[in-house]
Amino acid sequence: MASNNNSGSGHDATALPIHISSLTKKYGDLYALDSVDLEIRSGEFLTLLGPSGSGKTTLLMAIAGFNRPDSGSIRFGEQEVILTPPHQRNVGMVFQSYALFPHMSVAGNIAFPLKLRGVSAGEIEERVTEALETVQLSGLGERGIDQLSGGQRQRVALARAFVFGPRILLMDEPLSALDKKLRERMQIELKILHRKLGVTTVYVTHDQREALTMSDRIAVINHGRLAQVDTPEVIYNHPANAFVADFIGESTMLDLDQDKAGNLTYKGSKISKPPSGGNADGWSLVVRPEHLSIMANGKASTDRTIVFKGTVTETVFQGETAFSIVAIDDDTELLVRFGTGSKAKSTYPQSGEQVSVGLGRDDAILIPREDQP
Amino acid sequence: MNWWSSPASDTQVTHGDRFWLYVVASIIMLLLVLPTFIVIPMSFSDSQYLEFPPSNWSARWYEVYLGSTKWMRATATSVQVGIITMLVATPLGTMAAYALFVSGHRATRALFLFLITPMIVPVILIAIGVFYAYGRAGLNNTITGLVLAHTAMAIPLVMIVITAALRSYDLNQERVARSLGATRVKAFFLITLPQIRFSVVTAALLSFLTSFDEVIIAIFVSGGVNATLTKHMFSALRDFIDPTIAAISTIMVLVSTVLLLLTQFIGAREK
Repeated sequence: MASNNNSGSGHDATALPIHISSLTKKYGDLYALDSVDLEIRSGEFLTLLGPSGSGKTTLLMAIAGFNRPDSGSIRFGEQEVILTPPHQRNVGMVFQSYALFPHMSVAGNIAFPLKLRGVSAGEIEERVTEALETVQLSGLGERGIDQLSGGQRQRVALARAFVFGPRILLMDEPLSALDKKLRERMQIELKILHRKLGVTTVYVTHDQREALTMSDRIAVINHGRLAQVDTPEVIYNHPANAFVADFIGESTMLDLDQDKAGNLTYKGSKISKPPSGGNADGWSLVVRPEHLSIMANGKASTDRTIVFKGTVTETVFQGETAFSIVAIDDDTELLVRFGTGSKAKSTYPQSGEQVSVGLGRDDAILIPREDQP
Repeated sequence: MNWWSSPASDTQVTHGDRFWLYVVASIIMLLLVLPTFIVIPMSFSDSQYLEFPPSNWSARWYEVYLGSTKWMRATATSVQVGIITMLVATPLGTMAAYALFVSGHRATRALFLFLITPMIVPVILIAIGVFYAYGRAGLNNTITGLVLAHTAMAIPLVMIVITAALRSYDLNQERVARSLGATRVKAFFLITLPQIRFSVVTAALLSFLTSFDEVIIAIFVSGGVNATLTKHMFSALRDFIDPTIAAISTIMVLVSTVLLLLTQFIGAREK
């Protein structure tokens, strides 16, 4: 992957870093972006992930130049672009709706940015052919847009966005209009394409699985602020706060108490020591379904395992995995996910069964407690 | 009676079930078009007076119309005013519709209503107002004055047609074009305009018709050598009635019908 940007003039020819600092955008009294600082590295695939209305699209549009922030700075490499109009930013863009030009052929669409740049006819033809090859649409150049399938349109939109060699590529939920199978295939293809082009890519999605699949880094955004920026593994395994823990993956959050010795406890049983260097009023334990397992005959806890006792409410089969809902007290339920493999259905936990649920101590995720998110 | 009992649509309703619907619809359609089409046979009458049905057939009133310098000049005025109105109202109305569509500002609704008031206010009020205003500005009986007033009347139509076209258009296309290196103006002319071109042509034809058919404002502010065809027809009806009026009406019906059919065909192509 491309090296970090070491500020100065020596950046990659194919990619540019994006430096965003104290970017603020208000709509009325609402902060769509609240003093956002974000360093997007040269050549990386960064995903802006958040629920609808979180500000992720506002941020993308600010990078593209379609809305002007109230304050702050956006630099492409060393160049401040906050006042640069979109057509001078040299940024490739793919929209959710594809926004292909229906009055032009496939080749016409892809040639559009080249024509605007005064590229010669011979070179246009060469580069369009090459771009079509890259997105595996060779020979379809003369087709009309209405003769293409959803997946093909997506590829044309992509080819049009990178054919002129932009050093930054922006994508606004480009796969959300495709069906699940095609979407999953395109995710892998986009990843491969990104590696091939080496261009700095900012990708917006509300689909956490998509973000985890494709990204070098994920910026989780909520209420116009960055909740956490890190690699998919860190975001998933070490969420920095309750929002990230809740938004990414399935989880149950348990509020912990602290005993006199300083250990964190849940309902009187010791969970762990507080994280070193942590400085919070209280701590919560994030429990992921796949980290839990139902223990045979409520076998005694070892030192490596935290045990919860509860009653199975329901067990649901979902194909490659199944999960049980286990009520550990009146208003707390844990989800326990397990592989189905060759297990017979009759061995699944039955509703009403008393079970012990184990959590490996290494899998215990602690986050600072928040009263109301 | 095979047709009678065959289904009239995808439902099980037969043409027989719809018999009364057809009868009522036919009566309404006849009532709508009869007054218009009654002038056609009248225009081919041999008589000195308006007569229906004509006792003898002749094309003499068409000869009178085509041979009269007065009628010819009025026709030229109407066509001239119609074309200039079209050329002024179409770009202005398109620009206004586009601006209101993309801006998303809070005041756009109010502005839209403001710009289409000429369609809502009774034309006679506009005519009176324009007449007094023009009296001061010295625009009465001028082509310029007539074009200005007709443009105000035509802009609402243009705006409505263009706004409808823009509603089914994905504005992201313009954004993409801009990200690909086009200025706003280029993005509009290269991407948006080609896709709403049929609506623009429709709007242009409607503006021409608005002006060409307009009589009330013309009565007030046009006169002398710059009197329009409609104004002359109105005066002729008041002063002396002969079948020349019917001949001219027939020609106007023909022009209007052809233009409207054209807009329908063009509209169908854009879908």
